[in-house]
Amino acid sequence: MQTVMMINADLMNAIAATRLGLGAKPGEIASYRDNPQEQLLSQIRDGGADQPAGRQPTSVDRFIALRDYQQQQQVAKAAGDAKTDPVKAAFRLLRDDTGVDFMARVRLAATTDAAFRERWTLFWANHFTVSANRLITATLVGPFEQEAIRPNVFGRFEDLLAASSSHPAMLLYLDQAQSIGPGSPAAKYQARGGKHAGLNENLAREILELHSVGLEAGYTQADVTEFARAMTGWSIVGARESPDREGRFFFRAVAHEPGVREIMGRRYADGGQEQARAVIKTLAASPHTAHHLATGIAQHFVADDPPPTLVDKLAGAYLASDGQLGLVAHALIMAPETWAPAAMKFKTPYEFLVSSWRATGVEPQEISTIAPVLTAMGQKPFSAPSPKGWAEEGPAWCAPDAVIKRMTWSEAFAAGAVADHDPVVLARASLGARLTPLTAQTIARAETRAEGLAVLLMSPEFQRR
Amino acid sequence: MSQPSNPSRRQALAGALGMGVTVELFAARAIADVDAGVARRKLVVIVCRGGLDGLSLSPPVGDPDYASLRGSIALPGFDQPGGALKLDHTFGLHPTLTSIHDLAIKGQARIAPAVATPDRLRSHFEAQDVLETGAPTVYGSASGWLNRAVEAMGPPGKVGAISVGATAPLILRGRIKAASWSPGGGVQIDHRLPAILQDLYAHDPLLGPALASGLATEAMAKAAVADMAAGPAMGGGPSMALAMAAAPRQGRPQARKLGATLAGLMTQPDGKQVAAVSLEGFDTHANQGAAQGQLAARLTYVDAFLEGLSSGLGDAWRDTVVVTATEFGRTARINGTGGTDHGTASTAVVLGGALKPGGIIGDWPTLAASALFENRDTAPTLDMRALFKGLLREHLGVDRAKLDTLVFPDSGDVRPVQNLVV
Repeated sequence: MQTVMMINADLMNAIAATRLGLGAKPGEIASYRDNPQEQLLSQIRDGGADQPAGRQPTSVDRFIALRDYQQQQQVAKAAGDAKTDPVKAAFRLLRDDTGVDFMARVRLAATTDAAFRERWTLFWANHFTVSANRLITATLVGPFEQEAIRPNVFGRFEDLLAASSSHPAMLLYLDQAQSIGPGSPAAKYQARGGKHAGLNENLAREILELHSVGLEAGYTQADVTEFARAMTGWSIVGARESPDREGRFFFRAVAHEPGVREIMGRRYADGGQEQARAVIKTLAASPHTAHHLATGIAQHFVADDPPPTLVDKLAGAYLASDGQLGLVAHALIMAPETWAPAAMKFKTPYEFLVSSWRATGVEPQEISTIAPVLTAMGQKPFSAPSPKGWAEEGPAWCAPDAVIKRMTWSEAFAAGAVADHDPVVLARASLGARLTPLTAQTIARAETRAEGLAVLLMSPEFQRR
Repeated sequence: MSQPSNPSRRQALAGALGMGVTVELFAARAIADVDAGVARRKLVVIVCRGGLDGLSLSPPVGDPDYASLRGSIALPGFDQPGGALKLDHTFGLHPTLTSIHDLAIKGQARIAPAVATPDRLRSHFEAQDVLETGAPTVYGSASGWLNRAVEAMGPPGKVGAISVGATAPLILRGRIKAASWSPGGGVQIDHRLPAILQDLYAHDPLLGPALASGLATEAMAKAAVADMAAGPAMGGGPSMALAMAAAPRQGRPQARKLGATLAGLMTQPDGKQVAAVSLEGFDTHANQGAAQGQLAARLTYVDAFLEGLSSGLGDAWRDTVVVTATEFGRTARINGTGGTDHGTASTAVVLGGALKPGGIIGDWPTLAASALFENRDTAPTLDMRALFKGLLREHLGVDRAKLDTLVFPDSGDVRPVQNLVV
């Protein structure tokens, strides 16, 4: 475990931009010269994160677009040909929507001056992963981040957890929308028609395990099932119920399992949708949640194996403030452990690309160019492999093949990006006091500017933060 | 890979890059002379993530409780349309698994229908952790059991290992540096950048070994693809690397090519003896489907991958064992949304030309109400570590003491399964 030591101001400026931000833009490190901690603190704000530029479609817009597509498909099918050009075109439009959402987020990350705020936001977006594993979730990941995550990242965790758990994207991604209490009127009605309908425990389990208390809390299968029963009824409006309100959160009282629930030793009276809200409130207040979130934050910002003293400070800030995430961010910025000189975090492919654009000032390319690159490096856009989200551990991203893919991309990117840039100047601007003499010398000895830039991007210190 | 004879700058660079490979190759050969039998043998471990439903992979259509528990996702019996492909009186294979079934008829594929890790919490992430680390409990180890098995087989470099995919799976992480490969590299190894970076990474414990290994594998992959293009079986030609570029969710031809390319990487001179493959998308909580549907599509991919691997290995298939594993099975009963939730025991498939023919591996607990684990899941009758230990011992000659301590810590009471390999 690294010890906390006093570090010089130049190094702190570099760490502020690279470890806590998204990689330095030209001039960014120098701009921190007075007091990087104060400047980072100023990025915390009650209103939450920035929203990507431009008018962003809502999840309701996306449901309407999807329904239009499905209707066109049905019409075409009835006419005997499901693969007509209008159907294909409608499908392509839906697919394009996901790319547009992703690029809006990429451009925000590549250009923002409040990079700590955006990194903090990306942490929470990954904590509450919704993956584009189906057409419907693919079109909803972007709206989910904008509607459920971004407004709540500096507020109370309880609100963030409730917003995520009741958003249509999460309700669909983890199969909650269709879950029906076995003793509910809806189940009885379906049974009369010979249909079996029942519980789906997926979201309840992941809220416990990933989003809140974590496995260390020691809950049992019975707790998971009871929580799943409490959550029955948390659903969305269907197209047939109300075309205008399709896709909005809707408590389907007839699907709710009646009765008192007991979860982790605590009883919850039946109160319709308020029953699960009461569980969420208890979960958010748990010391296990404080510890689970503190560990995740420390792992993301500082080291895969973070200093326990830092985890304790963050958990303490969480409990003392009733889960105010702005105050947890404050504690992170002020903790000496956050500023340890050694860069322990290996960048994910997304972080690597974003920091490359920031360092060079190059505009991110089109989604059609970026998506295959990120996919090849192991991080397909909006497509985390599981509800756990993308891995935090460096070795997961540093497989031999992934390093080859980073090198190939760097070489091509550098060839197109150099123009008049002097790579030695770019290296100082993007790494500041973190630039080692060996890397500086290697860049200076490059045969071409493009080669020098590729070396900078692939240098051990640029690959880490 | 040979030493450059003409010391032009370009070749000198290429030679420097190839150095690691050459040294490793000499060591491998020296040992191969002594220990030719084991050195020829190959092991492929396929991790199916998400909790693969064993009751769909190898449906026990002869079990009296199967059809009623499964409702609309039950597969029809043998000889019915869309029915299971018969293995014995009780078990069949999912109808998409035609290649595995062909192998089973030849005695080259067997199922273990009720295996589980020691973990019982039904968490994907904890159970995958236990499956891959080989430890008895979660967070029991930071490295993977397959990596430690390679370590147990001799000094570094004796046995090569490779994972397929852009990220390194935990099962192969550890002290032994494993290669990794995924389609679409295309490194120009005569460019200066790789050599410059190798110097820059000389003291970097993460990037240095990763780059060296990646460059060596790229060179091998090029040779493998060239060989396949030349051979009559694949006929992929130069476009193959492109066709494989987006692996996991594509159809049968792509899966077959990926399997064949892995076969190529394992049969090149200095080919890897041990491989890990990671497949995702088995978490079927809703609309799982039966003979067709979501799960059927994923199983098709597995079957085609194995078809490509077994045919691509050619004569080396004789010396190969493949095992598929998943972190847990799924509930015996269909849930309310046409799917199944997290369960306990599932099916492992063991395949290979080196396999000893036989029936199911381990006991079948049946699906009788009294036999279900916690009144919901297939009960485990076989510890997954026992299966892995049996394969490592009989196929790769890893000794029991190392299996009990180094490879699967604190597992002295888990006896290796016997009579698996010829």
